Amino acid sequence: MSEVWLGYLLYLIALLTMGGIYSILTVGLNIQWGFTGLFNVGIAGFFAIGAYTSALITSPISEQHLGGYDLPVAFGFIFAMISSAVIGYFVGKLCIRLRSDYLAIATIGVAEIFRLILKNELWATNGPRGISNIPRPFEDLAQPWSQLLFLTIVLIILFLVYIISQKAHNSPWGRVMRAIRDNDKAAEAIGKNVEKFRIQAFMFGCSLMGLGGALTAHYFKFIGPEATEPVMATFLIWVMLIIGGSGNNLGAIIGAFLVWTIWSGMEIFTAQLPPDWAVKATFLRIFLVGLVLQVILQKFPLGIFQEKPPKRD
Amino acid sequence: MEFINYYFIPGLVLGCIYALGAVGVSLLFGILRFAHFAHGDLITLGAYIAFFFTSTFGLTGLLSLPMAILFSVVICILIDRFFYKPLRFSPTVILLISSFGIALMLRATVQLIWGVEIESYNEGTFSVPLKIFDTLIIAEKHIYIVLFTFLIILIMHYFLAKTTMGKAMRAVSDNASLAQITGINTEKVIIWTWVIGGSLAASAGVFLGIDTQLQSNMGWDLLLPIFAAAILGGIGSPYGAIIGGLIIGMAEELSSYTWLGDGLPLLSPGYKTGVAFAIMVLLLIWRPSGILKGKVF
Repeated sequence: MSEVWLGYLLYLIALLTMGGIYSILTVGLNIQWGFTGLFNVGIAGFFAIGAYTSALITSPISEQHLGGYDLPVAFGFIFAMISSAVIGYFVGKLCIRLRSDYLAIATIGVAEIFRLILKNELWATNGPRGISNIPRPFEDLAQPWSQLLFLTIVLIILFLVYIISQKAHNSPWGRVMRAIRDNDKAAEAIGKNVEKFRIQAFMFGCSLMGLGGALTAHYFKFIGPEATEPVMATFLIWVMLIIGGSGNNLGAIIGAFLVWTIWSGMEIFTAQLPPDWAVKATFLRIFLVGLVLQVILQKFPLGIFQEKPPKRD
Repeated sequence: MEFINYYFIPGLVLGCIYALGAVGVSLLFGILRFAHFAHGDLITLGAYIAFFFTSTFGLTGLLSLPMAILFSVVICILIDRFFYKPLRFSPTVILLISSFGIALMLRATVQLIWGVEIESYNEGTFSVPLKIFDTLIIAEKHIYIVLFTFLIILIMHYFLAKTTMGKAMRAVSDNASLAQITGINTEKVIIWTWVIGGSLAASAGVFLGIDTQLQSNMGWDLLLPIFAAAILGGIGSPYGAIIGGLIIGMAEELSSYTWLGDGLPLLSPGYKTGVAFAIMVLLLIWRPSGILKGKVF
């Protein structure tokens, strides 16, 4: 294989890998927002909780941070999901009974507090310098096999996540969720414990966000406090879900791949510009994506793929 | 005296800045019924508009405040016209998402025009601190910030309490449909809400810029304490928001004072922002209506 083709192939693999990770995050948000109507603006916080949990327990022993248990990566994924879900439980317990605005503010709070901890607790997280030498599965193999196998892991996990959330959507549980989203008073009147169901959905979504964070940390072999930057880790995911169609898992996944392709495609274009302009182009890109979001909200509020209620037997 | 000079006065100044932001958030919540997530970045924009005038015409921060207010208000009304108005009858959560998008668009605009470097106003003449009774040291800029905040709040109070528009505004905030039946033009009320919210946000930004520096994410970092202040004061109550802002600002600065007498700060200064969050969490558990009995949704 010639150098050029290898380059193209690696780019395609990288595009699909990040697209797959973003899909998992978007499905997580879909369970919270699309299924249940829970407004989470602190995706970055839960993402970072998962990423750091996995990074700390799977990396080799280090003086610079806590943990270093050198555990297998699969354990990292599981613990990432558990720790995000546990934090999600406390946030949910606290403010899920209040109106969505409060949940929104509280989730922003979680993300901000977590960023403060990451920056200040040098002994545990190595502060702003972040954690490096996080293991990536199959990293010892030659190019492009190493990248290809990691992509396979991401896609398998995405497939499992899709199957499970699709099952959840079509199950009686999913029906209760939609009932709560559309009319929580009515759901309560027929004897559903609205608060309990909402917390379940919130924890489910948070665990997927934690998983997405863990995958990102292992993919880049590095995680730092910038991971909690709201643009990349929260805003893009919202745009992906709104464009794909909230309430629809497949829509969420296609929205994620679509937006990520456009987002990184613009990067190829802006990389050609002189360095001074390239920096400015990044901000222009954020502005344009924001504008697209506004247009979608006004003109196509249901997204590309609208929610389909499961068929009756 | 060290307590007053280095903790109480900075706390008061920070509290004033939070109060200015929180009043806007609280009023907007009362009238438009959604948490305006772009408010922090509106503050950033106000600060940078003033920076344009200080850097081009050599004005001081305080002198460019009127221009910052004027341009911010115009931008607020335009944002409302093109982005929030079409969503007026959508579920309020859609407006929340929209305002989150606006927040990032505003910040991207600031970064596009002014870059990401730290900037400051030309505050040469303000830099000598005043000494009162030999022990009380106050920077002149702090006196200005506190005085002007009180002046702005007085004007706002006059507007809300005495003018017809102010009364209409309070009526819409109390009960929008009842107000509409009595013939109040809600769209006009909304525009005036933006006039007040935008002016106060711009003032908060300029004061923060005078007090510290300008940074493209300065406003985003204010969002959490401002919301905490608005909730503390009772959402929809502008006077509560002022008290809430002062309390949050004070609490943040005083949290790093050496209360235990062991020479160590009670809380590491790195966690100041966490104080606002902690107060907010406690409130959400014990008293979501805030101290001045605001609305609970």
